[in-house]
Amino acid sequence: MSDLTASGRAALIAFAALLLVLPWVVSSYVLSVAVICLYLAYVGQAWNLMLGFAGLLSIGHALFVGLGAYASGYLFAKYDVPPAIGIVAAVAIAMLMGAVIGYLGFRFAIGGVYFALLTIAFAEFVRILLEHAKFLGGTQGLFLPVSQESRRGVDLINLRGWPEMYYYVILALCLGAFVLCRALLESRVGYYWRAIRDNPEAAAAVGVDIFRFRMYAVVLSAGMTGAAGVFRAFYDNLLFPDQVLNIEKSIEITLAPIVGGVGTLFGPIFGAFVLTPLSELLTDVVEGLKDLGIIAKNVKTDGAKLLFWGLAVVLIVLFKPTGLWPWVCRRLGLVKAPGARS
Amino acid sequence: MALLEVEGLSKSFRGLRAVADVSFTVEEQGIVALIGPNGAGKTTCFNLIAGAMRPDAGTVRLSGADITGLRADRVCDAGIGRTFQLVKPFQDLTVLENVTVGALHKSATVAAAKRDAARFLDLMELSDKLHMHAANLTLPDRKRLEVARALATAPKLLLLDEVMAGLRPTETDRMVAALKRLVAETGLTILLIEHVMRAVMALSHHVIVLHHGEKISEGTPEHVTQDPAVLECYLGEGAI
Repeated sequence: MSDLTASGRAALIAFAALLLVLPWVVSSYVLSVAVICLYLAYVGQAWNLMLGFAGLLSIGHALFVGLGAYASGYLFAKYDVPPAIGIVAAVAIAMLMGAVIGYLGFRFAIGGVYFALLTIAFAEFVRILLEHAKFLGGTQGLFLPVSQESRRGVDLINLRGWPEMYYYVILALCLGAFVLCRALLESRVGYYWRAIRDNPEAAAAVGVDIFRFRMYAVVLSAGMTGAAGVFRAFYDNLLFPDQVLNIEKSIEITLAPIVGGVGTLFGPIFGAFVLTPLSELLTDVVEGLKDLGIIAKNVKTDGAKLLFWGLAVVLIVLFKPTGLWPWVCRRLGLVKAPGARS
Repeated sequence: MALLEVEGLSKSFRGLRAVADVSFTVEEQGIVALIGPNGAGKTTCFNLIAGAMRPDAGTVRLSGADITGLRADRVCDAGIGRTFQLVKPFQDLTVLENVTVGALHKSATVAAAKRDAARFLDLMELSDKLHMHAANLTLPDRKRLEVARALATAPKLLLLDEVMAGLRPTETDRMVAALKRLVAETGLTILLIEHVMRAVMALSHHVIVLHHGEKISEGTPEHVTQDPAVLECYLGEGAI
């Protein structure tokens, strides 16, 4: 954090302190919103590794969440394998899938937006596959056994316990992803990724094996996202292909980094903490208006959220294409000027 | 044995013979210039040598090892660095980071690569712009950045594609001096494409002339500038 100014450091410490004590000072509802924030910050960080670092656009990242969730969920529901072990399978399967997509995309030089289409195609393909997989519950859903007493206490092996435990688990994941991404960015692989992102031809000319380093990005991002799937499975306890792997979910993953700032480390976190409370608030407002009879009862509340997301992306693309975080940093003077990156 | 041996190199684009049966050798240590009118096939020649394109026919050997048709990064591994005529900086990286990417090719750690990068940037007189984003550089500075980045990979042979274009005469002289010093100090070999004859005459001991994809002349700078075939291709038939 050597590139932070004094006020930047103060803001970081205040934010970290707030995150640490949050479960003791807020209601269970606010805590559940905070969990969503952190979850989106985490998967946003993983997604950002691909687009923001290596220049690879994925619009099918819910695929990796889904694979991780189903792998660990199935092992738990069917064979009593605790998620602490199941996560290994979950991450491995997600990485394998990432490797397949990456191999096809890069070996056959499917670039840019066509690569994004490839990721969508795979996500949709697996969603439909899961809907027809009877042993995984199909469209009926996969239920993870959970008892009332398991909702208390702290059992990290089985990922069962108080809501506060889930909060700290996802917070730890978030922190881990942040530290990992920061280290990667400062290392050889980070330099190579950003070189490939900015100009693949020039990167190759200085000896960078483009195929290899792009594969690293996809596989690593997929693995990180797969771990998020394990959390998802044991937090929700029920999985429907249509809800976990929907393209809407893939787009949701892209929002926090886009709004916060693609390619920055704090962008996905900042974006998640801006967007999630706002869309929750909007949902509440719409529900309230329904109760008051101002909006028809049959209007789907979810639609308001989608509209808001669309609007947010349009506004960002039009006015702050590099995202909110770099702008906030400059305005509040959180980062020192030369080599400004955070 | 020559450092670079190019034999019968050919490349066509939809029937247009961009490079046709070109052969030449570049001896170790020194500066060789590749000149010719626009569209002569100079840059295509570079792209074929550096692995950005695969030749239709012919072979490229570096220190005797066949590197024909290798991928660009493998060619770099073999020991050839290059710059691009239309500069290709890493836009969102700083000047220092740009060259660090090149230096990582030989350096074990990022810290060491940064130190190496700073050295090459000093050589190219970019030390005062280390933390500027490449996107904000002027064209001459970007050209210098290209050279520094290619140099940072510690090549045996450096291919420079019109790096003097857009430089003022005094800047050209400084670049010429820097390149000469580099060759003398490190034993580097340079093959350069250049239109700035002031630089060609000052730098190279050997000149190869391409026209319509074919080699029409080669020899010392004095020799080729008096070769009727060369004068004709530049000035037109009947000019002499």
